[in-house]
Order: sequence, then structure tokens, then C-alpha cells
Amino acid sequence: MNVNRFSWFNITSLTLGFAFLYIPILLLIVFSFNESKLVTVWGGFSTKWYTSLLQNDGFMDAAWMTLKVAVVSATIATVLGTMAALVMIRGGLFRGRTLFSGMIYAPLVMPEVITGLSLLLLFVAVGWDRGFWTITVAHITFSMCYVAVVVSSRLVTFDQSLEEAALDLGCNKVSAFFQITLPIIAPSIVAAWLLAFTLSLDDLVIASFTSGPGATTLPMKIYSQVRLGLSPEINALSTILIVIVSCGVIVASLLTKRSALKKSQYEQQANASA
Amino acid sequence: MNKRINWGRTLLIAIPFIWLLVLFLLPFMSVFKMSLSDMATARPPYVPVYDSETGLAGLWQLITELDFENYVWLTEDDLYWRSYLSSLKIALISTFFTLLIGFPIAYGMAKTPSQWRATLVMLIILPFWTSFLIRVYAWIGILKQEGLLNNFLLYLGVIDQPLIILNTDLAVYIGIVYSYLPFMVLPLYAALEKLDYTLLEAALDLGCSKIKTFWVIIVPLVMPGIYAGCFLVFIPALGEFVIPDLLGGSSTLMIGKTLWGEFFNNRDWPVSSAVAVILLLLLVVPIMLFQKMQERELKGQS
Repeated sequence: MNVNRFSWFNITSLTLGFAFLYIPILLLIVFSFNESKLVTVWGGFSTKWYTSLLQNDGFMDAAWMTLKVAVVSATIATVLGTMAALVMIRGGLFRGRTLFSGMIYAPLVMPEVITGLSLLLLFVAVGWDRGFWTITVAHITFSMCYVAVVVSSRLVTFDQSLEEAALDLGCNKVSAFFQITLPIIAPSIVAAWLLAFTLSLDDLVIASFTSGPGATTLPMKIYSQVRLGLSPEINALSTILIVIVSCGVIVASLLTKRSALKKSQYEQQANASA
Repeated sequence: MNKRINWGRTLLIAIPFIWLLVLFLLPFMSVFKMSLSDMATARPPYVPVYDSETGLAGLWQLITELDFENYVWLTEDDLYWRSYLSSLKIALISTFFTLLIGFPIAYGMAKTPSQWRATLVMLIILPFWTSFLIRVYAWIGILKQEGLLNNFLLYLGVIDQPLIILNTDLAVYIGIVYSYLPFMVLPLYAALEKLDYTLLEAALDLGCSKIKTFWVIIVPLVMPGIYAGCFLVFIPALGEFVIPDLLGGSSTLMIGKTLWGEFFNNRDWPVSSAVAVILLLLLVVPIMLFQKMQERELKGQS
């Protein structure tokens, strides 16, 4: 047997696997263009659910709230998470290091119901009014850990001699970080920001615990609507979200690819001139 | 390095450290404290265990009166026991099926010509980026009694009665396997891609059967990937709320759902905190194992 041959077994398992992953999403998108109010029976092509969605103030307010929370929390989480990654990879030994890395990894696998409940109890204990800021702070806390993991996996492969060269040439540590390290790890920081942004966009459980009256996010709105039954408006809304997120991911991956390409070009030039 | 305190470094460590201490560790303390309080019909609905204004006398009173009645209550009502056991069962079975389905996909990806692999990895990650809630919602339309799957099977003539899948445990299994499949495939793929396939050729040349080669060569070598994938599916599945709530029926018991109901429907904060504390105890061992593995992995790379 030639083990490198692309066998039928592999083709079949890949096709079935990707069909399983994508068919539900494709069906959801197709039925958002359904004329009929019955979500599962095709009644002809129509875009009326998109129009009715845009006229639905409840959804629009929730979408605006979700977007604000996601942008603010992703930005702060990226800063904090990058700092945490630097501490984990470059920080060396310090007291509480094990505790620190434990607090970075634990939120990744912590059930959301526990994270949500515990943050709510803290907010109640300190008497903080629940609303936009409590949701945002909760989202920063769990997404900064994802950011830390993404950025630290880039930092381990970072060639530290570049930074040392900058320091030898008279750069101070802070400007060496901003002029050398940051531009090189930038693609992973962009990816981490996008991850934090979509995590926040997605979150139902933690937002439900930590929000107060007047602060409803899109997932909370979708959830309460879904509990009442299927609605073509939800399909339309889902389709819009899927398209936005897919575009973001594809752009991000192209960016990373381009920077990898550039890097290999520089390396070739360097080799040629050497 | 000199002995002078390096303020930049201290600040770099202190900011994320303090953030996590205050907003991740401290909240767990408040869950534990809450689980020892009594329920009250007030806002917020509980009687605090310890009021700092009463000083030392109050602290002494707290210690003498400390009661675990919420925990006793959990052992007396068999709803909680059954929720924990049924969560464990559902999480274990779905982890097994995710592995069973994820392995051939990861293997197929690892054997794809290298120029296609990056695209396949992105296709695996892409559904993970789309909203969890939306992906679960998509399955309601497929699985319900007058849903797409039943319509399709009736049209083909495979069945003449619609199958009842939605609001059963089967729907919960499908939902978990579907939602967590990327978490299983990615670590498996990372392990399978590094595998030295000449070892397989050697084993086959030496007369090993294909099945035996799989068990003797492939499985032991990709074991770290299998562990990582299983932890990443099992741990979050155990505390899952959205999937059992939307796809499962009223008889589907999962601890995340019980906690949510206790909190939002019964408004019993102390009991839901006690439920959370026990769930956390169940998760301590797998989470610590997972963390050890992550650290080792990070060290291995550097």
C-alpha cells in the first residue's frame, strides 16, 4: 500500500465531515430567503424578512448594544491579553506564576454558567449597577485569556535576537517592543482581537447573568425569540451575522498569509545579498 | 540584571494579574460564600453570611453558625444527583462520538496534499467563529417533527411516520457533537500532521495488518492530540446550558440547565451557588490535567 496516496477513504471522510459541518448553516441561509412564514417549507424567494428585521427596533437596539460591548471589550482584552502573554513567555520566574498561568487557562474551559454566576455575585457584592459596563467587564475577563493563548503561541516562535539587536543599537526596551516586536506579532494580535470580538458577539450565558434592565444583547434577544418558536427573521439575522463574521475571518487569514509571504521574500532577499 | 526593582516589568505583571485576581478568582470566593447563605425574599434575594460591620464578634458568630444546609438540601433532593450523573453521561458519550467522527476528518486532512491543508484548517475553524446560538438554532429547523430531516426522509420514502428527535437526548448528542467537532479535529490534526508516515510503511512492510498498524503505531503516537481534543470537548460539554435547553426536552437533565433554572426561574441564589460549587469540584481534576498539558505543550514549542 502506498500510504501517501490520497485514498477514497480520506475523500469520503472529508466530504461527509464537511457536509455535516456546513449543511445546517447553508440550510439556515437558504430558508432566510423563504417567502413563507413556515421556516421549514419552501414558499418561493423573498427578501421580506430582511426588511422586516431592519424595521424591528428591538433587534436594532440589541444589535447596537452588542456591537458596542464587542468593540470595547475586544480592544481592552487584546491589550490585557497581550500583556499576559508577554508575562507568560518573557516574564521569567516570579511569585505566583503558577497561579497566574492557572488563571489564564482555567477560564478557557470554565463552564459559562459558573463564570456568569460568579461575576454577577461580585457585581452585586460591590453594588455595581448592572448594564453595559458589567457585561463589558465580564467579556474582557474571559476573552483576555483567549487573546493571551493566541499571542503567546506566536511569541514562543519569535526570534528574540532581533530585539536584542535593537537593544544593542541603543533602543530602549519600550521602543524596542513597539518598533520591533509589535510589528512582527501584529498579525496574531489582529487575529486575537477578532477572536475576542466574535466571542463577545456570541455570548449568551455570561451576558444574561451580568446584564441588567435595559441592557439586552443580540444573543439574549435571539434566545428569547427562539424559545417562542422558529422565526424567519432570526434566519435573516443569522445570515447577516454569518456573512459578516466569515468576511472578517477570511480577511484576517489573508492578512496572516500575506505577512508570511512577505517574510519569506525578505528572507530570500537577505540570503541572496549575503 | 541588577537588584533595582524593575518597575516596567512589575507593572506588566501586575496589571493582568490583579485584573484576573479581582475578576476571576475573587468571584469564586463570592460563589462559595453565597452557597452558605440563606435564601430570602428580598433584593438581592439572600441573607448575607457575614456582615463586615459587626466586626470580630460577627465573625465568631459566623463560624459557630456556619451551615451547609444548601448542600444538605442538594443531597436530599435527587434532582441534583440525577442532573450531575446525567451531565456526566451525556458529556462522556458525546465526547466519544466526537472523537469517532473527528478522527477520520483529521486523518483525511493530514493526508491531503500540503497546498490544500491551510484551506481545510480554515474551513474547520470557520463554523467555530459563527455564533454558537445560531448553529444550535439551525438544528431545531432540521430535527423538529415537521422539520427538514423528516420532510426529506418522508419524501424519499425511508420512513412513513415522522421521527421524533427534537426535545430528546439524541438531539442533545447531535448538538454537542456538531458544536464541539472543531475542538476535537484541530488538536487531532496537529498531532497527525507531525506523524512520521514512514513508520506506517515500515509496519505494513513487516507484515502488520492495517488495523493492527492503526492501534499499535498511530494511536499511541497521536495520544497527546486525543487527550487534548477529549478534554476540550468533555469539560465545556459537562456544564453546557444552551444545547440541552434548546434541543433537549423537559426530561433532559444537565447541570448547567438546572443551575440556570434555579437562578432565573426559582431565584434561589444560594442553592444555585451550591450547585456551581459542586460542578466546579467535579471539574477541578480535568481542568488541572488540561492546564498541565497546555504548559508542557508551550514548553515543548520553545
